[in-house]
Amino acid sequence: MRVITPIAKPKEGSAGLTGKWRIFKPVINYSKCNNCGLCWLYCPEAAITLDGKNVPKIVYEYCKGCGICANECPVRAIDLIKEE
Amino acid sequence: MGMKGILRVVPKEEYLLPGNPSCPGCPASLGLRYLLKALGGKAILVIPASCTSIIVGPYPFSSLRVPVLNIAFAAAASTAAGISEALKVKGKEGIQVVVWAGDGGTADIGLQALSGAAERNSDILYVCYDNEAYMNTGIQRSSLTPYGAWTTTTPKGKVEEKKNLPMIVAEHKVPYVATASVGYPIDLILKVRKAIKYRGFKYIHLHAPCPYGWRFPANKTVEVAKLAVKTGIWVLYEIENGKFRLTSLSSSLIDPSKRLPVNKYLKLQGRFKHLSEEDISRIQERVNTMWDELMRLVKES
Amino acid sequence: MISLRRSKVMKLLLTSNYAAAYGAKLARVEIVAAYPITPQTQVVEKLAEFIEGEELKATMIRVESEHSAMAACIGAAAAGARPFTATSSQGLLYMYEMIWWAAGARLPIVMGVVTRAIAPPWSIWSDHADILSIRDSGWIIIFSESAQEVLDNIIQAYRIAEHKEVLLPVAVGWDAFTSSHTAEPVSLPEQELVDSFLPPRTPEPFVLDVNEPISHGNLTYPDEYMEFRFLINEGLERARKVIREVGKEYGKLTGREYGLIEEYKCGDADVILVTLGSMAGDVKDAVDILRKEGYHAGLVKLRCLRPFPREALLNALREARAVGIVERSFSMGRGGIIATEINSLLRESGVNDVVTVSYIAGLGGREIGVNDFINIFKSLFKKMERGSGFEVVWYGLRG
Repeated sequence: MRVITPIAKPKEGSAGLTGKWRIFKPVINYSKCNNCGLCWLYCPEAAITLDGKNVPKIVYEYCKGCGICANECPVRAIDLIKEE
Repeated sequence: MGMKGILRVVPKEEYLLPGNPSCPGCPASLGLRYLLKALGGKAILVIPASCTSIIVGPYPFSSLRVPVLNIAFAAAASTAAGISEALKVKGKEGIQVVVWAGDGGTADIGLQALSGAAERNSDILYVCYDNEAYMNTGIQRSSLTPYGAWTTTTPKGKVEEKKNLPMIVAEHKVPYVATASVGYPIDLILKVRKAIKYRGFKYIHLHAPCPYGWRFPANKTVEVAKLAVKTGIWVLYEIENGKFRLTSLSSSLIDPSKRLPVNKYLKLQGRFKHLSEEDISRIQERVNTMWDELMRLVKES
Repeated sequence: MISLRRSKVMKLLLTSNYAAAYGAKLARVEIVAAYPITPQTQVVEKLAEFIEGEELKATMIRVESEHSAMAACIGAAAAGARPFTATSSQGLLYMYEMIWWAAGARLPIVMGVVTRAIAPPWSIWSDHADILSIRDSGWIIIFSESAQEVLDNIIQAYRIAEHKEVLLPVAVGWDAFTSSHTAEPVSLPEQELVDSFLPPRTPEPFVLDVNEPISHGNLTYPDEYMEFRFLINEGLERARKVIREVGKEYGKLTGREYGLIEEYKCGDADVILVTLGSMAGDVKDAVDILRKEGYHAGLVKLRCLRPFPREALLNALREARAVGIVERSFSMGRGGIIATEINSLLRESGVNDVVTVSYIAGLGGREIGVNDFINIFKSLFKKMERGSGFEVVWYGLRG
């Protein structure tokens, strides 16, 4: 069927690589991380994933660097580092 | 609660895709992410004009892994009712039709359609994400902007009070009304799941602090949302078949001494920075009075 | 109600409003969403009776406004159902935003428009300013002269709207009171016949479906928007052929064939009046009277306003020496809406040796009858001697 109506389909990065928007980069200090899951829970971008062992990983292609994860981390295991 | 506790309630599956056009720290993104997790993808979303009209992605891309019908500002509730009835006529069961609308699309321009759908008890879930102003057009006041708040159309601060919309919806005698906050995702997800068990009109009013419009740093969205609840300015409750119940943290805040002073919440936000001591006392007074009324509701239920 | 059952055709005495309800019922509409307004009200009252009497398996959404009526139809159509609504005048204007949405979203919705004047001052009577306000929105607009045509047009409208080459909403108009509340004998085709002509809607691949997470109406940038507007126009242009084909097929089944326009004694006519709706019957009478007096008069009845029946009109009008367009509508600061379109059609097609006169008549239900049309014809027979030109006449203005 030819396209007659504007249909949009799901795609990661609908706005491109939004990681480029970042001013501060959140970096997880895994020696401090207690795996509580709050950074994953509170990420507005769904840019933190949990691996098979539920360890959080930040998807830097899309992380906009809002810093909520660092702000909510109860053990201060996420540092915000200024992007170059 | 810990990882295990969170994962018992919050599925890992994501329906909001990363790399969407939302601002950093966006509460609409947060809320949508939780809402769609709670619905498990079995939903059709109706989205009137709002920030989310942008967040859903520029054509030909969608940021959501559920079907979406974008619709005009005032038309969300009636459009959703049309979809819901069509699905029933077509014998398609078990699909939740959900409106996701902002405070302008809900309490102002969309109120007539919302009230109509509520009164008809249309089988839809209506979620208002309340960021307390018209953010997509650049921070103009809405009827849900609170007293005192700066917006571009209330440069000296809003002089009127915030409309109590969840209670107005509850007066339509619909089966389920709840308030929620993006700072309390477990509470929100449980409420969505409870709501969709009902056939008929369900309403969830989601408090959604907006860093851009409220003038606080993007990393404070959750912190501000939590402070709204901790100070008692925003109250988490549900009204199930007319029965009122405080939920989550709010259920432990009946004793005024448990509530933080409102200033803890206000002072984090640039939109309130011009407030005088009198203004702040007035806001505190209003909150205390509101809680006295809530006490009455708690006792009655 | 009088029912004359003859072989396979049931005849009922119906107003246009009831004929519309019967048409929607025969089309097996699935969702009815409407808000009452005089003179449309009986359409939805009758449909409510059909639904509650279980004669029609459909759901009625008793919306709180016309804006919501069209919104609900949009939702229903987007989810694959067959919706129907009807309105008039202020109601149509109130749903105006959603009118454009329905066309832009390419949704096969059918709407009855009982054409009525726009306030202020209040007037509930016949006028075409309302339906012509949606002229540029992408809707197909079909007008009806009689209750029979209303019924036939509504059934055909679904075939046209749902046609894969078209996929656009259709408005079917008829006049307030003169049609809406005037009963006439109407032949009702058998349900099986209509079912064979109009099968259930086969939803397009892009209807809302939880298994296919597509998003409708997302933001387009300047690089994309224009093409979608172009495609709406393409759908409308293709609709011209579809409307004719559907009208022919309907004719084979019922004996009542429909085209884009109806010509009455135009072949050798020096003067042709173009009109639409209930006025056409009186113009036919005027033509017959004048023909007996030796005048070569003819009538073109517009059935289809959008898409504009360019070729059909040109063929009918190109040999005439004067063309009068009598309409219940006016573009403020310009002239009769249909007249200016027809005038420019003639001129852009190189037909210059013709006088065109825009008659603004019957606004707000002002009476206009056979004698008026005879007067208009006679005045056109004088004006045709001018050879060319365009003029706007407010017919029958008082004081």
